[in-house]
Amino acid sequence: MLLEGILVTIVGAATPIVLAAIGELVVERSGVLNLGVEGMMIMGAVVAFGVALGTGNPYLGVVAGALAGVGMSLLFGFFTVYLASNQVATGLALTLLGLGLAGLIGESFVGTPGVKLEAITIPLLASIPFIGPALFDRDILVYLSFAIVACVAYILFRTRVGLILRATGENAEAAHALGRDVRLIRMAAVAFGGACAGLGGAYLSLVLTAQWTEGMTAGRGWIALAIVVFATWLPWRALVGAYLFGGVIILQLHAQAFGIRVPPQAMTMLPYLATIIALVVLSRNQALMRRNTPAALGRAFVPDR
Amino acid sequence: MKTLTSSLLALGAAAALSMGVATTAQADDPIKAAFVYVGPVSDHGWSYAHDQARLAMEAELGDMVETTFLESVPEGADAVRALERLARTDHDIIFATSFGYMESVMEVAERFPDVAFEHATGYLSAENFANYNGHFYEGRYVLGKIAGLETEANTIGYIASYAIPEVISGINAFMLGAQSVNPDVEVKIIWVNTWYDPPREAEAANALIDQGADILVQHTDSTAMLQTAQERGVRGFGNDSDMGAFAPEAQLTAIVNNWAPYYIERVRAVADGSWETGSAMGSMESGMVQMAPFANMSDETRAVAEETMAGIIAGEVHPFTGPIFNQAGEEIVADGEVAPLDMILGMNFYIQGIDDAYPN
Repeated sequence: MLLEGILVTIVGAATPIVLAAIGELVVERSGVLNLGVEGMMIMGAVVAFGVALGTGNPYLGVVAGALAGVGMSLLFGFFTVYLASNQVATGLALTLLGLGLAGLIGESFVGTPGVKLEAITIPLLASIPFIGPALFDRDILVYLSFAIVACVAYILFRTRVGLILRATGENAEAAHALGRDVRLIRMAAVAFGGACAGLGGAYLSLVLTAQWTEGMTAGRGWIALAIVVFATWLPWRALVGAYLFGGVIILQLHAQAFGIRVPPQAMTMLPYLATIIALVVLSRNQALMRRNTPAALGRAFVPDR
Repeated sequence: MKTLTSSLLALGAAAALSMGVATTAQADDPIKAAFVYVGPVSDHGWSYAHDQARLAMEAELGDMVETTFLESVPEGADAVRALERLARTDHDIIFATSFGYMESVMEVAERFPDVAFEHATGYLSAENFANYNGHFYEGRYVLGKIAGLETEANTIGYIASYAIPEVISGINAFMLGAQSVNPDVEVKIIWVNTWYDPPREAEAANALIDQGADILVQHTDSTAMLQTAQERGVRGFGNDSDMGAFAPEAQLTAIVNNWAPYYIERVRAVADGSWETGSAMGSMESGMVQMAPFANMSDETRAVAEETMAGIIAGEVHPFTGPIFNQAGEEIVADGEVAPLDMILGMNFYIQGIDDAYPN
């Protein structure tokens, strides 16, 4: 019973980070570093909340949250991909813009209970002890997070589209010389990243707490960014990283409730520390690390003709 | 990684610059009062309560005052910058409304001797630096009585923010209240190390419920805990403001902070030149510590809660009345005596019956 409860909450803590991280992973694989994940996430959260509240349909909220993330990311893409602006500065600006704009949009939602995205129970599977309630009696976003990770892992490494995307992130000039439209590919990746971050935000305001509060992402976008790096841009590893992070968060809460007392500051630090250590250990193979790091990451590409 | 780290630093600086400023009300020569909040005014908790008081003060004093507020100001270096900026822009009185601002206020107050500084829930003061607080533990004692009577599992879940005296004395007062009506009651405490992170507060609430708690208490600022309680079919208490709208079936009551009378009094004092430093203490009796309507509880419990409140207001009941023992079983307050105020404001131990290590 307790174990089931723990697993259920771990999935809840990990899902928004999985969604944001897998999106950013694709963006970075295309050679673009978008530090605006937090801003896209919070816009996803507020728009999803507002649309769900206005229409009474949380699924429309989910779609709207993803679209809000896409909108934000296209703004970022326009500046960085087409105008070749500095990706780091533009990404940070996107975060600040998102946090501020979301606060403004959400002003009238404050103090209003929201619409919760209900679980869809998968028959039979949901009755498996322990993992059933945690994995098969969940809302659509949890299922989607696994599906997206699986698709990304497959597409990136097993299909032509994935090869082209990775080529763009490795060597944009070469991809261009081969006749690929680097900017279009990067824009598509950026938009996908925005949609995923928006979904991650929607999860916060529609599932984790059915309410809108300013700054409710509380740094989860940054965690997602860090996980992508420490997972050496590998999709399944990013999933593991996000679950590890969520797992340690929930376990330290339970440890505290059990009365296992370490300083609370250390407890709060633990998820970050554990995630970084685990992923660094996982990624200690230097050759593999070099092979997976997108060589053109963060470098703007301007076609000469 | 180098770029990411420096980017994060840049973000911190940029965030500090972008903290929202809002100014309202004008008059010929009004008093300029500023407020610094640790969370967003929309948290429906601590900062919200301060902002409601600011608005009430504006409504009461009209053209006499012009107010400014800065929200979501992180404690530490950012707070120093924010306070300095307010002091430089001709504010006459500045209210800093979080414990963690204390050192920052001290630093800035020394540099601006002509500005009146007011700091909530701290203990430092100076010539131009007053502090104010409320006996919120009085409210927590009432919560304890209600929880002790209403719990069926004899297990209370407590979400705490930071291990500072205010939170510690709150936990102790709560447990003294609970023990007075239910000797078997146990408390499970989770420190979330934040005042405000709704998803984290919800996760902590879930963890406590999974471990068998059927009544939840919070010393954090959002409504997430109560919403989770309602979803999971348990009950709990709101904090800082009436959160009943978020959890009509789960909220038993809430401690409601009413800062308005104090703000009105202090700004008036600046206007007529009578402001001086001091340590003000609001209470249930003075009206600073209020309770949201009692709900979702039995009539017997309600009667006990009302009686306790009346006793506190009349001065007949004091939460920290001896005998009080610490966890080691040593008598801290003798039978029939009341703990001195210094002890309550600087409380750094758990009372007997809290089966948990004291956080250092």
